[in-house]
This record gives sequence, C-alpha cells and structure tokens, in this order.
Amino acid sequence: MEIKVGMADMNVCVSPDSIITLGLGSCVGVVLYDPSIKTCGMVHVMLPDSTAISNNSNTAKFADTGVEALLKMVLAKGAKKERLVAKIAGGAQMFSVNKDSPTLKVGERNVQAVKAKLKELGIKLIAEDTGENFGRTVIFYPETGEYLIRAIGKDPKTI
Amino acid sequence: MSELSLETISTTYFDVLKELGNIGAGNATTALASLLQCKVDMKVPQVRVLDFKDVGTLLGGEEQEMAGAYLAVEGDITGSILFLVKKEIAIHLVKKLMGDMASDEFGEMEVSAFKEISNIITGSYLNALSTLTNLCIYPSIPDLAIDMAGAILSVPAIEFGIMGDKILLIQSQISDDIDIDGFFIMIPDMESYEKILRALGIITD
Repeated sequence: MEIKVGMADMNVCVSPDSIITLGLGSCVGVVLYDPSIKTCGMVHVMLPDSTAISNNSNTAKFADTGVEALLKMVLAKGAKKERLVAKIAGGAQMFSVNKDSPTLKVGERNVQAVKAKLKELGIKLIAEDTGENFGRTVIFYPETGEYLIRAIGKDPKTI
Repeated sequence: MSELSLETISTTYFDVLKELGNIGAGNATTALASLLQCKVDMKVPQVRVLDFKDVGTLLGGEEQEMAGAYLAVEGDITGSILFLVKKEIAIHLVKKLMGDMASDEFGEMEVSAFKEISNIITGSYLNALSTLTNLCIYPSIPDLAIDMAGAILSVPAIEFGIMGDKILLIQSQISDDIDIDGFFIMIPDMESYEKILRALGIITD
C-alpha cells in the first residue's frame, strides 16, 4: 500500500508499505527512518518557524514542531531514537521575480530549519536532495531505506 | 484585525471577490480577444476557499503539469499574484499568439509569449481590483514556472499558510475554440488585506 501525505500533513509507514508526497515545491518532505524495524515517518512541512506565527495549531505545518511531532509518532510505532536516521527532499525556489523576497526564499529557510531541528534532536541526516527550482514527488520505501525523487523532465533519482 | 484569517472572512468579502472575478474575467476576455484576434467567451467565475489538501484535486492532481505566472504587487497594497493554467492550455494560447512559430514545448520565445498573455490577464484582474477599491496597484514583470501543480501551488499555499490552513482562489473559464480553465490566486500581505477590506467598506471604524 502507498500511504499519502498531504501538504502540512504527516504519517508513519511500516514495510512493505511505502509513503509518498506529491508535488513538493518550497515545502520539505522529511523522513525519519529506523532501519532495524523497517519503520519510517514522513512530514510535509511548509514553513520554518511556528513561533513566528500566531495561528500555529497544525504542528505538521512547521519545520520545528513538525519534526518533533513526527519523532513522537515514529517512537510510538516502536522506533528507537538512537537508531533513527533522516532523509530530506524539497525546499525549491519556484519563482525568482524578487530574488530577495523572504517568501520566495522560504524553501531554503525550510531546509535550514529542518536541519537545525534534526541536529538539536541528535538525529543524523544521511541524504538530501534540496534547493534548485523544480518540484519533486517523493516516495520512501522502508523495506530498503530508499528515497525516490521524481521531477518533470528529469530522470528519477534515489537517495 | 490581528486575528484575520480566511476562515473568518465574511460572505460579503466573498461576494466582492466574485464580483472582482467577474469584472476581471470580463476585462481579460476583451483584452485576450484583441491580443489573439479571435472571439473569446467567458463563463461566470467561481470563488473557492479550499483546504490545502483539496487544491491539487481541483487542478487535476498534484502532479498535473501547469504553467504558472507569478507577479509581485506594489503600490497602495503589496503582495503577490499567481495565474495558472494547465500546460497544454498555455501552449494553446501561445500558439494562438505566435501562430506557426510556436512549438509544443516551452522555449525562450514561448516563455516570453506566455508572460505577455499572463501580463494581460493578471492586469485585467488588477484593474478590476483597483477600480473597486480606488487603490493604486502596480504589478511586477511576471516570472514563469512550468512544473507540477503541487509545487507551483506551494508558493501561494505557504503565503496563505501564515494566516491559516486554507487557500482562496478565483477560477475563471474563458473559451475560444477550447475551454480555458484559468486559476487566479491573489495573496495580499496581511496589512494589505485590511486595506482592501477597508477600501471596500467591509471594515469600518
């Protein structure tokens, strides 16, 4: 079965299932993976910082709260924190009409915020495909630990 | 107005947006007809407030290939505007404008032609907004992305994401020989929202 994760959404997935998020732009698809029990979780974060916004009840929307909430979810599925590794993808800059616009650079800020949170939690980031200016569909297979990235006009890529 | 969110936007504002969509689409139809030298019809536009997760479905799936033109807006209000159509519709419009010179893929000329078309369409909506509100609104040159619907929409979704979990868009249908479903998303900055609502007489104090 393929489990779908929407925008500002998260879920967990156990082998042989896979987990997918479609059409990531500036958002980031963060995967936390415990290889020894072939279990993972994915969160689709949109914004870097929940503390900058008053309307922040959806934890999956933000890099800081999203990664933490996802960690709780995978731990509840039996994962052990010390075995967890992370893979991330997304964080593109889709438009560059105003190069200095903080809104248009949100992809880059999302990636930085996710990395900072992973570091804080002591989870090792082992692979990433981030930045640039194109959309990505990402699928994670907990059976193999492969993170497949599809983009329009490009060969699929596994990280 | 610090708690302004799309969830609490009044039905009056919704009606105003619909009217804006009507006038904008009317302007766009006239402008397109003269640019493309053909007859163009329009249908009544729909104003939609959608959850993030439902936006992709409306546009034919998150992986649907689309052409999106993004403009920054300055003047009395600031914010951004996104106009998007399916890629094949964008190519259709470009071919109408360029004739046999256009190809089926987006090269430099096709991009430039589509930017011109986007300029005209977004300009039509902005004129409508400017007329309704008496505010001065200046759009930037558009930037174009040809990519998955989800990826393009992440940009306005993130901007709306600062306010809530919904996205607001105007769907307008125009047609020449084929139906052209165009989606128009206006994202005024927080302060500009209030200015627009005030100019429209929805907030008074």
